[in-house]
Amino acid sequence: MNAMTPGGFSARFAGLRDHLPGGRTPWVAALRGAAAEHFAATGLPHRKLEAWRYTDLSPIAQAQFTEALTLAAEHPVLPPMRAPHRAVFVDGRFAAGLSTLPAWCRTLAGDLNAAEGWLGALARDLPVVSLNTMLFEDGLMLDLPAGTDGGALELLSLASHTGRAIAFHPRHLIRLSEGASLTLIETSLGPDGASYLHNPVFEIQVASGATLSHVRIQREGRAGFQLATVLAAVEGGGTYDNFTLNAGARLVRNEIHTALLGPKAACHMNGAQLAGDGQHADTTTYLDHAAPDCASRQTYKTVLAGKSRGVFQGKILVRQVAQRTDGYQMNQALLLSEDAEIDAKPQLEIYADDVKCSHGATVGALDEAQLFYLRARGIPAETARAMLVQAFLTEAIEGVTHPLAQAALAEATEGWWEREAA
Amino acid sequence: MPAVAETLETVQAASDGGYKWGFETDIAMEFAPKGLNEDIVRFISAKKNEPEWLLEWRLKAYRLWLTMEEPDWAAVNYPKIDYQDAYYYAAPTTKAAPKSLDEVDPELLRTYEKLGIPVREQERLQGIAVDMVFDSVSVATTFKERLHKEGIIFCSISEAVQEHPELVKQYLGSVVPPGDNYFACLNSAVFTDGSFVYIPKGVRCPMELSTYFRINAKSTGQFERTLIVADAGSHVSYLEGCTAPMRDENQMHAAVVELVLMDDATIKYSTVQNWYPGDAEGKGGIYNFVTKRAACRGARSKVSWTQVETGSAITWKYPSCMLLGDDSVGEFYSVAITNNHQQADTGTKMWHVGKNTKSTIVSKGISAGRGQNTYRGLVKISPKATGARNFTQCDSLLIGDQCGAHTVPYIENRCVSAKVEHEATTSRIAEDQLFYCRSRGLSQEEAVGLIVNGFCREVLKELPMEFAVEAQKLLAISLEGSVG
Amino acid sequence: MLRIEGLTAEIDGKQILKGINLEVPTGEVHAIMGPNGSGKSTLSYVLSGREGYEITGGSATFNGVDILAMEPEERAAAGLFLAFQYPVELPGVGNANFLRTALNSIRKAKGEPEVDAMAFLKMARAKLKTLQMSDDMLKRNVNVGFSGGEKKRNEVLQMALLEPSLAILDETDSGLDIDALKIVSEGVNAMRGPNFSALVITHYQRLLDYITPDRVHVLMGGRIVKSGGPELALELEAEGYAKVAA
Repeated sequence: MNAMTPGGFSARFAGLRDHLPGGRTPWVAALRGAAAEHFAATGLPHRKLEAWRYTDLSPIAQAQFTEALTLAAEHPVLPPMRAPHRAVFVDGRFAAGLSTLPAWCRTLAGDLNAAEGWLGALARDLPVVSLNTMLFEDGLMLDLPAGTDGGALELLSLASHTGRAIAFHPRHLIRLSEGASLTLIETSLGPDGASYLHNPVFEIQVASGATLSHVRIQREGRAGFQLATVLAAVEGGGTYDNFTLNAGARLVRNEIHTALLGPKAACHMNGAQLAGDGQHADTTTYLDHAAPDCASRQTYKTVLAGKSRGVFQGKILVRQVAQRTDGYQMNQALLLSEDAEIDAKPQLEIYADDVKCSHGATVGALDEAQLFYLRARGIPAETARAMLVQAFLTEAIEGVTHPLAQAALAEATEGWWEREAA
Repeated sequence: MPAVAETLETVQAASDGGYKWGFETDIAMEFAPKGLNEDIVRFISAKKNEPEWLLEWRLKAYRLWLTMEEPDWAAVNYPKIDYQDAYYYAAPTTKAAPKSLDEVDPELLRTYEKLGIPVREQERLQGIAVDMVFDSVSVATTFKERLHKEGIIFCSISEAVQEHPELVKQYLGSVVPPGDNYFACLNSAVFTDGSFVYIPKGVRCPMELSTYFRINAKSTGQFERTLIVADAGSHVSYLEGCTAPMRDENQMHAAVVELVLMDDATIKYSTVQNWYPGDAEGKGGIYNFVTKRAACRGARSKVSWTQVETGSAITWKYPSCMLLGDDSVGEFYSVAITNNHQQADTGTKMWHVGKNTKSTIVSKGISAGRGQNTYRGLVKISPKATGARNFTQCDSLLIGDQCGAHTVPYIENRCVSAKVEHEATTSRIAEDQLFYCRSRGLSQEEAVGLIVNGFCREVLKELPMEFAVEAQKLLAISLEGSVG
Repeated sequence: MLRIEGLTAEIDGKQILKGINLEVPTGEVHAIMGPNGSGKSTLSYVLSGREGYEITGGSATFNGVDILAMEPEERAAAGLFLAFQYPVELPGVGNANFLRTALNSIRKAKGEPEVDAMAFLKMARAKLKTLQMSDDMLKRNVNVGFSGGEKKRNEVLQMALLEPSLAILDETDSGLDIDALKIVSEGVNAMRGPNFSALVITHYQRLLDYITPDRVHVLMGGRIVKSGGPELALELEAEGYAKVAA
């Protein structure tokens, strides 16, 4: 009764273990084996676990997903290319013909041995990460040399219409050496009619003085599931910025674990969740202040329409060594429907005394006085609502400064309210 | 830096010399056999000459308790409790129940006087009626006659079982059912005494009612049960205080407090919890596992919980409000101090069910020494609670780098027209504030005391006047030998 | 022409307007003066369609059309403009975007072509100049962080851009220093003409030194108790409401 059934994943692994990338390579096999053991013991997380009290994964367990073993023959329509380089993954597998990689990018399946000691370095005992480790097929392996400005790189994940419930578990390894900088714009797309599970895990290392701006735009199909885990480690003076938009999927869990490991490391984690009828959007963040003089800022906005549910959980841990920490977190939810539910659990756990930490949370509907003011100026009610929804998101979105990321974001959010209200 | 360094030094120089209520009263006592089983439950019930239904109620709770597990979700650590290694009943030996204060053992009255409790009615300053609970039994209740004239019932719950069984039967367990949680369930099986209050329709209680809890005997647990029923349009302010002797062992206090409010009723419930916190090394102290809940059943009813938690080795306590009636109001004002090795996990639950219900939460946590202080709170708004409002402010103050301050709020909202706001901050005493005070001639300790009192003012102002003064002194004393 | 006949309205069951009769012919500026609590703001909100007011009787027509049945944005499209006593702050909404959306919504409703961003900016800058306001105003969020005077000037800027045929100015003078008062009044006066009418609601006579009304009405206890020429305002200032209305 404690563990949810592993949803057939463990059985799938038993059958596939030798055929997965690195299946016969001892270090990979050992890693997968240990993960499989952990996952078999935990199963998919269930609601009795404190970290999962608001998100129910039983639809995933019931769906009995199977792994996409072959590269899909037909591709969905690709969005226009924005950045000079692009890595495209279809159903979790690298699509070489659709991609243009810079010199500092490889694929995991293409050069798996290069990932020894790197793959799994940041992984911890999280069931969803173990599921990925057990079954990953491929992923991006990005190693940006010291002092390099990598510009912007697009990472595109597509789900194809296979006609069966497939799961894919890409593992992306991203490493920025000292002083390097990069904007990574990741978009996940999928057809609305397809039931599939996209379970990406990112292991991100940002060395001293390096800056990674990571923009994630989740636009999975409305019947799709995404369980995303970002594991980031930032060295002294490094900066990791994450912005995540959750706009698609039937259910999404966006889990971000960032550890600030050296003095003066910084982290900005912002996000917006737009959930309409039948959608469940969960953002869960863990920020580990493990070094002195670090700063972190988080702003998350959730907008709920129709019968939808939004979840925000955010924990800031300040270790005893992390003196002079400056931590701030705000999460706000806007309810547009009587059938929507929001659950929020911000959390501070603080063991250092010379700190400045705060969090805030607000939940409410659109402000009637604001709505009237706009309407009294001649703006129709629906347009006025859309303007106020957009305004509500501004604070979270304005941190995204790269023009390509801004464009991708605008494309994903524009007209959202009009569509949901229709 | 020097100011802070000095503060820390003072913290390290901490001793338990600050606990001034740690004496023991030497008085003849009667105990139940050590341990817990159905016979003990029957023993307690028989001692109190209880009706059959209450014994059955206790036994049912006991059997349920055996199937439950001790909760482990709170941020507190303590060795496994051996529930068989304690006395569940300890009472001063008396020939018969005292009819008046004059018949109460003078040694007992001296104990309360020493604790600063106004026991002599003629000595009353502010007109406070007191129920004195000594270990497992209520030893005296003052002003009963005066209150009786207003139709107010204020007595020990044991007496209420005898004198007003219909009221007790109607309301006992109606707000906190025995199966609610592990400690409440244990309490339901073995509760020994506590206070009972009934305020009739439209009556404004003419004086503060108060209960003073004292644990005295060794190796005993105190399991009191308080039940307050405020009928339509009534109003009462109730205070509770508690202390215990200094001992190396841990003693358990698992209380249940139930409040029932009808239309337009108001209850103001104030607590100054000053159980023995243990010594500087974390030895001894009370385990305080308390379930407090108010059911605002009536429209426009209002309950206000104010607590100053300075004592106990472990505090596990969430005074809550079920806002069922339309336009009902729940408030929670809390100051919790953890010093030395104290651990507190405290907060509230505000459950909005009625329309236009409002709740306010103000929590001030102060951690010093190696203390760990957690605010844990739930604001839950059901779909029908249209127009519900909540505002929550949680502030934590850290003194020294060996302690911890944690904030764990839960917000669950299913109502589109509800508005919820939560703010939390964590900081330390600012050096410039300390320096400013000291350059005006205040000692380090005075300065810290002053700043801490300022930090807590939003909560302290909610206390009844005579309690507020006590609480301010207590804050300073709790941090004395530790900060200020 | 604005025609109000026997208008009664209440909030939360409490009657505020107790039968207002008023006509403002096209091209005229009328002032409504009254003490606090007389129903001045209620009248402005009822005319502009704010929720929470129950209209219990009477009518209000603008150029023959029943405005009480219209949504707030339809009233705006029909040429009504309310300058708020307390302009609302809109965090995250840029002033330029707000103004252009409003302008185009009204133009669209009237069947006129929309104004593009460039043309709008040109229009807005011209208006800003006449109102002695900085271009910065357009970049800021609507009323966020504005001083009381800036908020009122922003209201007048909106009016100048949207070019209503009937403006209701609800205590636009409150919280303004003398310089701001002059600028705001000039803004209103610049709009005066045969196709513009205005209802200036004010507590004090001061504003009427700058905007000379054609008629002055005294509102007390939810009714117009007296009407007269501009001299009535001076009389009120000198004698007080109680005496004049008696």
